[in-house]
Amino acid sequence: MADNQNNSAALTVKNLSVYFGKNEAVKNVSLDIAARAVTAIIGPSGCGKSTFLRAINRMHELNPDARMEGEIKLFGDDIYSKNVQPVVVRRRVGMVFQKSNPFPTMSINENVTVGLRLNGIRDKKILSERTEQSLRMAALWDEVKDRLSAPAISLSGGQQQRLCIARALAVQPEVLLMDEPASALDPLATSKIEDLILTLKKDYTIVIVTHNMQQAARASDFTAFFYMGELVEFGPTTKIFTSPANKRTEDYVTGRFG
Amino acid sequence: MTAPNHNWRQFKDVLMRVITFACAILVVTPLVLVFYHLLKEGFTSINWAFFTQLPKPVGEIGGGMANAIAGTFILLGEAALIGVPIGVLGGVYLSEYGGSKLNWWIRFAADILNGVPSITWGIVVYGLLVAPHLPGFSALAGGVVLGLMMIPLVMRTTEEVLQLVPAGYREASLALGIAKWRTIVQIVIRTALKGIVTGVLLALARVAGETAPLMFTAFGNLGWARKLTEPIAALPLQIFEYAKSPYDDWRRQAWAGALVLLLLVLAINIGVRFLTRDRFKAKI
Amino acid sequence: MATTKMTTATGQFGDRAFKWLTLAMAFAVFVLIALIGYELASGSHLAMQKFGWRFLISSDWDPVNDIYGALPVIFGTVVSSLIALIIAVPISVATAVYLTELAPLWLRQPLIMFIELLAAIPSVILGFWGLSVMVPWLHAHLFPAMRGTLGFLPLFKGPDYGPCILAAGMILAIMIVPIITSVSREILRSVPGLQREAAYALGATRWEVTRIAVLSYAKKGIFGAVILGLGRALGETMAVTLVIGNIAQIVPSLFSPGATLASTIANEFTEATGDLYYSALFELGLVLLGVTLVVNIFAQLLLKTFAGPSVKPQN
Repeated sequence: MADNQNNSAALTVKNLSVYFGKNEAVKNVSLDIAARAVTAIIGPSGCGKSTFLRAINRMHELNPDARMEGEIKLFGDDIYSKNVQPVVVRRRVGMVFQKSNPFPTMSINENVTVGLRLNGIRDKKILSERTEQSLRMAALWDEVKDRLSAPAISLSGGQQQRLCIARALAVQPEVLLMDEPASALDPLATSKIEDLILTLKKDYTIVIVTHNMQQAARASDFTAFFYMGELVEFGPTTKIFTSPANKRTEDYVTGRFG
Repeated sequence: MTAPNHNWRQFKDVLMRVITFACAILVVTPLVLVFYHLLKEGFTSINWAFFTQLPKPVGEIGGGMANAIAGTFILLGEAALIGVPIGVLGGVYLSEYGGSKLNWWIRFAADILNGVPSITWGIVVYGLLVAPHLPGFSALAGGVVLGLMMIPLVMRTTEEVLQLVPAGYREASLALGIAKWRTIVQIVIRTALKGIVTGVLLALARVAGETAPLMFTAFGNLGWARKLTEPIAALPLQIFEYAKSPYDDWRRQAWAGALVLLLLVLAINIGVRFLTRDRFKAKI
Repeated sequence: MATTKMTTATGQFGDRAFKWLTLAMAFAVFVLIALIGYELASGSHLAMQKFGWRFLISSDWDPVNDIYGALPVIFGTVVSSLIALIIAVPISVATAVYLTELAPLWLRQPLIMFIELLAAIPSVILGFWGLSVMVPWLHAHLFPAMRGTLGFLPLFKGPDYGPCILAAGMILAIMIVPIITSVSREILRSVPGLQREAAYALGATRWEVTRIAVLSYAKKGIFGAVILGLGRALGETMAVTLVIGNIAQIVPSLFSPGATLASTIANEFTEATGDLYYSALFELGLVLLGVTLVVNIFAQLLLKTFAGPSVKPQN
């Protein structure tokens, strides 16, 4: 799974439009997400960036009014083709949410391994190896290694979010989606998450939605600027922030609106 | 790249959908069956005689449940006289006044009352109104017990409905210098009136079907009750008497009575649902 | 100016009067509880004096000789309610799950409406249907089949004459399904969407999402719904009276007739002669109230500590 990644495109999005009823939330977006890199999606509230993100793992389908047009390919596989079930796509693409959501009735351990156990992996040795591996990658191992059976909700907010990251990583996804992962956290926890992202990108393709431009500038390699459902500009982060091609982009990144 | 147990998981998903669907159908089945049998056995017995005649003595064929039907309406009227003012005004207090501690206890007490078995209500009102004034079985006692049972129900539904009225309405009225009590009566209650009426109707439908409390208060009557201090017939009571009797003709009439009672109760329930259909749309 | 002053004066009086009026009405609940408690206590006084605690453990219910022991009817109450729970709980919870998580949207409201209409059926009608339709069918079809397959157990040995404890348990099950289903539904709906999304994002199937994110989260609340259903079953009178056979006895076979606290009061109250008989029946009422009270309070506690004010414990 992680071997699929060389510096070609992990995700190719062509003419993606997402509708909720009559409302077109994402309008005809095309871009390529590079493998083993961090791509940030920025833009003002309501610009469609979260909707775009959720289209990548077909989570928008949880809304009965949702409809999409266009094409998204994950390492060459059309994730919307007729014989592909959303369930399968979501095993290849992991997601971390804005507000941490560990399962409260499960321990730390159980939360990390839930995805694996769903996939039928019962071997205790494999499970505990993956647990340690994922928790290390999420920079949480040292803090919890002595209390893996403690309830997940006994952790602090920042720790819970890292636990959710570990939970997503445990199933070894090809792409990791993060929807404003640090917006509910304090600055210290936020910087831990950002360091984490920089470490993870060596092995994972990451797409992160953020309304925090400094965060985008610090942590990402590529940035896409969305406005009112449209992709206004997309390119290497340094270019977007220092010499954007589009006036609107420039207005946003310099804080003139948003 | 699908996990090895993918097909098994899909199978389980479908299986559980089927099982839970089957349970949902199972749940609905008794309603359908009851309705079907009531119609089948009772429909043909519903005729003019049924609604206008009194029960005939044991052994004679024919007669009707005119007194029981009238009795039920009389009892419901009495119950409303007691249950509505106390229940609605009590609900107003809970919603519009009161410290949170006291209100918590009032709500708790109301919830307890809602859990009191109906037969307990029956023997309590028997002890209070019937026993001391023997032979005290009376329409009065029957109306009282049903009315008392309505109070906690109406109180809670009124409170809920009043709470739905936006705070802004009250504030606007008070800011105009209108007295609080007028605000509550003319603005808040006015706005919530439909909901309050709904709650009252549902409570009435609930007590209309009660038999146990009436057994020891209204007691039943094979004729007309000429005064409120006499025993009175009621549909559920009559149905019960006929249902456990060995006489075929009485049992035939019990089906008819049950059909009429069920239609009355369902009509109120469905009618209320229809009236509040906008409220229900959002609640999936 | 003068008008404002006058309005204030009468307004103030009106405010105070109205407040006290509504407060007095609200206090009715306390008055009623006190009345119920007083009436039951004074009514059962005689029997309590005569029998003391033996009332609860003695199995002789003998009106002819004026000896009263409540054990057989307590037994009948407990057993019939237990049967009702065993049948109703799995079906109700499964239905609640179907309605909140798995059913197609267009089907939900109609099903919900049907279940609420089922709850509205008066007890005497259900009992009459039970006696006239269900019991004969059970006697002719289900009970012989059960005797054939499960007859090695003492529970299912022996003949039945139609009305029996098992029939009462079944009719009770029908009656408590709506309340367990509707409260469970509220509980399931209150599980945060974020929990479900976490499971979906891991690639869980709809059933797996329900199992992992919803049901485990909602365990306590569902338990509360079940206890609420138990409370309802314990106090149920008319339907039980018509199908249970009304013989106060303790017998292992579920095919034998029985009696419950409520059904005994219903059957014997108007025929009772003598102060002691009446008092014994009042004491049955007291026991019944005590038991249902404890169960209902327990259920309320469970439900209130599970979720916030969004969950309404009553139907």
